[in-house]
Amino acid sequence: MIELNVLGQSESNEASGCASGSCGSTGDQLSHLPEEIRKKVFNHPCYSEEAHHHFARMHVAVAPACNIQCHYCNRKYDCSNESRPGVVSEVLDPDQAVKKVMAVAAEIPQMTVLGIAGPGDPLANPERTFSTFRQLSEKAPDIKLCVSSNGLALPEHVEELCKHNIDHVTLTINCVDPEVGARIYPWVFWNNRRVKGRKGAKILIEQQQKGLEMLVERGVLVKVNSVLIPGVNDEHLKEVSKIVKDKGAFLHNVMPLIAEAEHGTFYGIMGQRGPTNEELVDLQDACAGDMNMMRHCRQCRADAVGLLGEDRGDEFTMDKIEMMDIDYDAAMVKRRAIHEAIEAELEVKHNKPNEALVTLSAIRKKETRPVLMAIATSGGGVINQHFGHATEFLIYEASATDVRFVSHRKVELYCSGGDTCGDAETTLEKIIRTLSGCEVVLCAKIGYEPWGMLEEAGIQPNGEHAMEFIEEAVAAVYLDMANNGQLEDKPVAAQQLTA
Amino acid sequence: MALNIIETCVNCWACEPLCPSQAIYEAKPHFMIDNKKCTECEGDYADTQCASICPIEGAILNGFGEAINPPGSLTGIPPHKMMEAMAEIQAR
Ligand code: SF4
Ligand code: SF4
Repeated sequence: MIELNVLGQSESNEASGCASGSCGSTGDQLSHLPEEIRKKVFNHPCYSEEAHHHFARMHVAVAPACNIQCHYCNRKYDCSNESRPGVVSEVLDPDQAVKKVMAVAAEIPQMTVLGIAGPGDPLANPERTFSTFRQLSEKAPDIKLCVSSNGLALPEHVEELCKHNIDHVTLTINCVDPEVGARIYPWVFWNNRRVKGRKGAKILIEQQQKGLEMLVERGVLVKVNSVLIPGVNDEHLKEVSKIVKDKGAFLHNVMPLIAEAEHGTFYGIMGQRGPTNEELVDLQDACAGDMNMMRHCRQCRADAVGLLGEDRGDEFTMDKIEMMDIDYDAAMVKRRAIHEAIEAELEVKHNKPNEALVTLSAIRKKETRPVLMAIATSGGGVINQHFGHATEFLIYEASATDVRFVSHRKVELYCSGGDTCGDAETTLEKIIRTLSGCEVVLCAKIGYEPWGMLEEAGIQPNGEHAMEFIEEAVAAVYLDMANNGQLEDKPVAAQQLTA
Repeated sequence: MALNIIETCVNCWACEPLCPSQAIYEAKPHFMIDNKKCTECEGDYADTQCASICPIEGAILNGFGEAINPPGSLTGIPPHKMMEAMAEIQAR
């Protein structure tokens, strides 16, 4: 292994007054969990914040039917429970899905997790879902299986799920009160009838809670997703968070409602707005006191392939897969070698002093204010993306004591080349609006024009930390700002507002 | 009499496994009901099963050619609101 470059090691962890594990810095969000659960989620890109830089997951769309209607979903498109609305994916039959998964696993060894999330509800399509799982457990035992559900049909399928040794289940729970539920779910299909309104919502809630309890009893990991709908369930989600934690869910992930009229959803047409970035983070913070929150979920598409946030689906369309000849035994050997290398790398990172904290310990005056920074990265935990190629930014908050991951913010591609460049002006403005509240953007490179506009908006572009680890770079920039005396006052933009 | 699936069907498979008479079959461009087999669920269920789970308003018609789930009945979106939104999007 390479010699690690540790800044001022003598003042390391002790000086900062807390081991990174106990104060909940990003790298160690899972540290409070029992060892066996930690092991389970260690290389799961959807659960471990650390792993999602290194490992990949994929979803296959084998489950088209749904048994409920959500107001944020338009059934003419994919489910927006786990995917963005408006993107129709290729629905596969189980045999096709198995072939696709094995092709991707052989080609992208970092792919460790296969999920079935839609486009409908996996448990409303039990034959298709379980046939896929059955074949995969047999043919590709090195792939973890997970499933997302609205929970309505969960209790009746728990036994079957356990048989296939599926250890991750994601439940979307938006409420525990039927009054609130009636404003989210117009109907559910239950006991051969369509049940509308409050009555339907009550059935759904009961089934979700029962299913959650049954899974936890059997030692299955349960993550809960909630969609934050301002004015409908925003305050209520704090109660949801408390209840699902008490029942044993190990992660709670609050996602923003995405509602546009063009999606044709109830919320989109009726003008229900989604939460602002601030509202989302505030709610995540409020729930974080109660349980481990997951902030790195990117609401990936149900058929996305690749590292989270990156989509390589076009390389694996069914006609291309039919042409591939896969030797999965050989692929498994290669996969194991690569997984071991990544795990070793993560282990090293784990055991060395947190360099971000080491850097921060150099700040003498501790009354510096926290700063938000936006990072352009395509994975690996390093700053390695051109500003113009970023489809999302990772937002980190640096303070005198900690560097912490806050959220993802998606943006439209600014530099997509060709004739779309006429729109660059407005797209760039939109990106800048998306980054509001951030004072620094860290990226591998950035063009002259966006540089100027960012500066004008009070956001300092910075390409000096290309290829460095995110947390260390954020800490270094924060230290520079502290040394330059930039952190004693309020941010410039805020000053202007109050002046 | 028999029910009928029309072109607004999105091929979601929800109805097919529910039919007590195996009257529904996958077809191109959309699912179909065999009108000789469809019993309107008489004797099996109080409600026609396909029309009780179908998420798409207007996709399933009754024997008189009327939509069993008319506009607004499933999504809760008032039809005039939908029309306004569509007109607004088109005008952009
Ligand atoms: S009405 Fe009943 S019998 Fe007829 S197609 Fe629908 S589910 Fe089948
Ligand atoms: S439930 Fe409706 S949309 Fe789905 S396949 Fe049947 S008719 Fe088509």
